Amino acid sequence: MPAVQETVERVKRIDVDQYRYGFETLIDSEKAPKGLSEEIVKFISQKKNDPAWMLQWRLEAYRRWLTMTEPTWARVEYPKIDFQDIYYYAAPKPKKAVSSLDEIDPEILKTYEKLGIPLREVAMLEGIEPKVGEEDPARRKIAVDAVFDSVSVATTFKAELKKAGVIFMPISEAIREHPELVQKYLGSVVPTSDNFYATLNSAVFSDGSFVYVPPGVRCPMELSTYFRINERNTGQFERTLIIADKGSYVSYLEGCTAPQRDENQLHAAVVELVALDDAEIKYSTVQNWYPGNSEGKGGIYNFVTKRGDCRGAHSKISWTQVETGSAITWKYPSCILRGDNSRGEFYSIAISNGFQQVDSGTKMIHLGKNTSSRIISKGIAAGKSQNTYRGLVTAHRKATGARNFTACDSLLIGDKCGAHTVPYIEAKNSSATFEHEATTSKISEDVLFYCIQRGLSQEEAVGLVVNGFVKDVLQQLPMEFAVEAQKLISISLEGSVG
Amino acid sequence: MALLEVKDLKVRVEEREILHGLSLTVNEGEVHAIMGPNGSGKSTLSHVIAGKPGYEVTDGQILFKGEDLLEMDPEERAAKGVFLAFQYPVEIPGVATMTFLRTALNAQRKARGESEYSTPDFLKKVREVSKSLNIPQDMLKRGVNVGFSGGEKKRNEVLQMALFEPALCILDEMDSGLDIDALRIAADGVNALRTPKRAMVVITHYQRLLNYIIPDFVHVMSRGRVVKSGDKQLALELEESGYAQFEEAA
Ligand SMILES: Nc1ncnc2c1ncn2[C@@H]1O[C@H](COP(=O)(O)OP(=O)(O)O)[C@@H](O)[C@H]1O
Ligand SMILES: [Mg+2]
Repeated sequence: MPAVQETVERVKRIDVDQYRYGFETLIDSEKAPKGLSEEIVKFISQKKNDPAWMLQWRLEAYRRWLTMTEPTWARVEYPKIDFQDIYYYAAPKPKKAVSSLDEIDPEILKTYEKLGIPLREVAMLEGIEPKVGEEDPARRKIAVDAVFDSVSVATTFKAELKKAGVIFMPISEAIREHPELVQKYLGSVVPTSDNFYATLNSAVFSDGSFVYVPPGVRCPMELSTYFRINERNTGQFERTLIIADKGSYVSYLEGCTAPQRDENQLHAAVVELVALDDAEIKYSTVQNWYPGNSEGKGGIYNFVTKRGDCRGAHSKISWTQVETGSAITWKYPSCILRGDNSRGEFYSIAISNGFQQVDSGTKMIHLGKNTSSRIISKGIAAGKSQNTYRGLVTAHRKATGARNFTACDSLLIGDKCGAHTVPYIEAKNSSATFEHEATTSKISEDVLFYCIQRGLSQEEAVGLVVNGFVKDVLQQLPMEFAVEAQKLISISLEGSVG
Repeated sequence: MALLEVKDLKVRVEEREILHGLSLTVNEGEVHAIMGPNGSGKSTLSHVIAGKPGYEVTDGQILFKGEDLLEMDPEERAAKGVFLAFQYPVEIPGVATMTFLRTALNAQRKARGESEYSTPDFLKKVREVSKSLNIPQDMLKRGVNVGFSGGEKKRNEVLQMALFEPALCILDEMDSGLDIDALRIAADGVNALRTPKRAMVVITHYQRLLNYIIPDFVHVMSRGRVVKSGDKQLALELEESGYAQFEEAA
């Protein structure tokens, strides 16, 4: 049997046992009753000790949401979601203010330990191998905020960040402690009326992270959030808001996992980034939500709105994503290039296997003069998955000198999967220069056999070739995460050929 | 016991028989040349020995150190010491040659139950071998064979042969596309790897290569069979009289 065909045969079976994060943590939790109503919105708001303005904001979003319908333009298929059959709030019990890690339920700490996420303030990521010929990487500190179901359970390195003037805390705390900042920026990039899922999130979001970096400050460490859905039938609606004030810099990482469940679970997050003059935000995601089993049962619906606003001149926002999980991904991290000379970047690796469906890409909205953007997308489709890149690049009438470069490469493993590229390009002024390149290729039988003849197994060969294919994007990740992501890519394809 | 024993091998590709009962015995330390016109089945033989998918063995057997090679996965054959230097080595973009060498070597060692090389040991070994093959260090940082010249690709094959230390090396048309200087460097590299234990099967269309890699035995293949065997003299005779006489015999 030709190697590719053999791969195809094996791909037919994505092995759920390969999902290493599929365990459940047995803790008591406190849930809101199932379903959604004004009462539930009020319940959540009360649980979060919202000030009155926040409750109003939520209620307006909720009322707006009632008038909206789900988007259907993406190339994804799934049964209609019953929004009354979801828990909108779940918190580990007993719920009390946590002031140090010692007060966190040890079961939760264990969970994060199993996930390899260091909540202890020795927060160094483990398992970093130096590349051949290189010294060990300088071990850097990483501040972590961990969100378990609906509640943020720990933020490490708070004190050290405070010294630098950086605010990094759960958003529910920021709403109370820094209302002036939250009120000024929340919803200013993704308005409450933006789209069905963002509006839903605005009504019911329960936690997430808040970051503010003051003018001229280079955040002294990587900031990181880990999201974990644990409860059954629970939606996770986190909200992240990052503001980089003038001349500041911050690098932020987000990772996600969930237990294996037969039911589909909804994850509808909103992330807003604001970069003022000369500021830079680097936002990296490693998304590894449970993808569903070999029959396509279960898995996370990842319906996420992420948008960055390069509000100031010479500001820069860079999105890097490694998407390997979720049953369905609907996600377009975008940049509004409002400030003159601002720059947006989108680097993406999207891997789909089994019955996964990915519809992801970006929007680069050029509004300011001499704005530039760069899009590098690598899609890998295996099994019976569908993988779509959907991108929009527009230049406003006033965006003279706008420049974009887009390169979309797709790699197919087997012949039951599909890769699609849907680029929309719109230039309303003649000085814009937009370049677009796209390729689609099949993983080569000869390349695989070459690797196997040198002693690699079929799976290792596929992993190696794919990691080579996505290298340009992996290089954009902070070193520690590049190593993690590389492993994750191999793991997610392990299911495809084993 | 012979190192490699191919007995009455019949092979089909897409319903068409390509090898019609081929036999070949190779002992430790021997160098065998297989010559023959294009399309005679030389590459097919090398692929079947290495375990490339897509070939159906309908009859005969292949023993390697007395074990049934056809029962083994191709990566298992590699770990047991079967090495195929490809006629057209592929390019693997984004995978640094150094990373590839290390991954492959460690995979083989792991399969044999040996410990993985430490970074310094590995680097030392690669430096030694690449130096003797005139392979610059920066070539090892580039993607596997990406942008390599024909000569560099072949030297990269010999580099891997030197690193993996296989018991059996099959070289498929190593001379194709090489000028004399490139050929000499590659051949010197191969000769340096000749030991009383290691056997080589050198596949070539032209006698030229055999001026550099002197074989102990020469076999002529035609239309899926070995039609004549002899010593290195046979290669010289072929050079004079061509393959035509064997085409008829087959
Ligand atoms: N994958 C294949 N599909 C169909 N025919 C093939 C394939 N590989 C080899 N052949 C045929 O088998 C015969 C022998 O080919 P090959 O082994 O490449 O010969 P050589 O290496 O001696 O030139 C040729 O007629 C060739 O066309
Ligand atoms: Mg050939």
